[in-house]
Amino acid sequence: MTKAKGLEVSLAVAEAVKQANVDVIAAYPITPQTHIVEELSVYVANGELDAEYVPVESEHTAMSASVGSSAAGARTYTATSAQGLALMHEILFIASGLRLPIVMTVANRALSAPISIWNDHGDIMAERDIGWVQIFAENGQEAYDLSIAAFKIAEDHRVLLPVCVNIDGFILTHMIEPVLFIDQKKIDAFLPPFNPALTLDPKKPVTMGPVGVPEVYAESRKQCEQALINSREIVAEVFDQWGKTFDRNYKLIEKNGPDEAKSLFITMGSMGETTMTAVQELTDSGESVGQVRIRLWRPFPKKEFLNAIAGAEELIIIDRALSPGSHNGPVAQEVKALLYDEPVKPRVHNVIAGLGGRDVTVKDFKKMYAMSRKNELDPNYTIWGVRSDA
Amino acid sequence: MWEIRLHGRGGQGAVTSAELLARAAIAKGKFAQAFPSFGPERRGAPVQAFVRVDEKRILKREKIYEPDIVMVLDPTLLDVVNVAEGLKQDGIVVVNSPQSNEELKNRYNWPNVAAVNATRIAVDILSVPITNTTMLGALLKASGIMEAKDMEEVIMDRFGPKLGPKNFSALSKAFEVTNIN
Repeated sequence: MTKAKGLEVSLAVAEAVKQANVDVIAAYPITPQTHIVEELSVYVANGELDAEYVPVESEHTAMSASVGSSAAGARTYTATSAQGLALMHEILFIASGLRLPIVMTVANRALSAPISIWNDHGDIMAERDIGWVQIFAENGQEAYDLSIAAFKIAEDHRVLLPVCVNIDGFILTHMIEPVLFIDQKKIDAFLPPFNPALTLDPKKPVTMGPVGVPEVYAESRKQCEQALINSREIVAEVFDQWGKTFDRNYKLIEKNGPDEAKSLFITMGSMGETTMTAVQELTDSGESVGQVRIRLWRPFPKKEFLNAIAGAEELIIIDRALSPGSHNGPVAQEVKALLYDEPVKPRVHNVIAGLGGRDVTVKDFKKMYAMSRKNELDPNYTIWGVRSDA
Repeated sequence: MWEIRLHGRGGQGAVTSAELLARAAIAKGKFAQAFPSFGPERRGAPVQAFVRVDEKRILKREKIYEPDIVMVLDPTLLDVVNVAEGLKQDGIVVVNSPQSNEELKNRYNWPNVAAVNATRIAVDILSVPITNTTMLGALLKASGIMEAKDMEEVIMDRFGPKLGPKNFSALSKAFEVTNIN
């Protein structure tokens, strides 16, 4: 393994995509994702990456072109954020319904209005049900590693589904930090060329995505659903293989802090690192607190999650998105629904924090913990840090 | 851990300074983060950038509210922005100014000051009043985070064979002449 290099995380992701040796990139620039596809366009232009770069006129077309190229058997990549992801919406279902292993980076950003270029998870949470494998990276190294692993997961014939790797906009995309790169040869050995199950071929014409009459639609959806549920095992397998090959271990659900912690923070994405500092400081002052990170969001790893929270008396679930009109944020909804069938249920607090790029600090997490202990958090959810004059 | 906040105006290179410092620290085997105050950029408007440097992995993703060091690229900011906001009690203000440490300390009541006339050095060596690389020399001298030579590789990489040596020379000059307090 070489020495860590300091660079912007977006450039590390672009490097990962280059090293994955993609055939087609169809993308439209949108902040904070732009630096990734900009860098990839440079690689294609200067010949470092032998790929077709399609500078499309919208994200709707970016995803449409991705569907076409993936169906033709090309390893395909795109990236987007917020409104761009929303504009892809209808095509996202087609990508999963046709079982096309496209890989996409979502540089998570808040949805308008009001216009915000800053981070939250509102964009991907509005696309929870697209039938894609959805992974959240916590730092630059994960963003690099998981962007490569994503192709291996997507293209496995037991999966054949699109994968989206979420990285927090600005907080990760625009951060200069150390990343360890892997030799191209090792990546080539880990990630063999794309071997599509079925391709569009003028010599052997097939139709993809014809009408699904009522007699077949449910079966078709059930197959996609089953593929997504089954993918959990393959994601775990690929992470395991990654650990053995490159010595960096990733789990679907990761527990940090003392094993017997009574209170657990539940986080997704880059917030997890800041939470860990708060957990460390609280543990040092004698509190019984830990943290559980959700790395794989879809399919939701139920078994691993329940194992991770076993024995905890209290969960403080941090959502970085609102689910307007619901009882909770998306992650808390997921967890509460899961707990319904459990004989022993921890108390659940839900804090919606970091909307539209609001900073969430170590102090904030410590305050959340203190409030949860005193039962001062709202029984459903608390939107964190809303000014009382608003 | 060193927590550093950089103040400049849009276009003066504060973000580049932050990036170069973090990259050099990482190249030296340290852990570092550099990030701008995210948002639309306007030339001439006050901007901030942030750097963390540590010997161990950094598990913190928030802005820097209580810096150990503040670095100011533009002396005209001093009466516009409270650059020392949140500065630790024993913190240092590294500032581009023709005034002496003593004068600045008395005027602004900062705990520690490392002033250098970076505009003069930059104009002499680079022929432009862009002080971002020069000020890094002052910052390194005042803090002891690294030696000036530890910046050479990233400076050369960033500015190329024509401007790289000049920028490194300006940085080295500031490193040489800066004194704290």
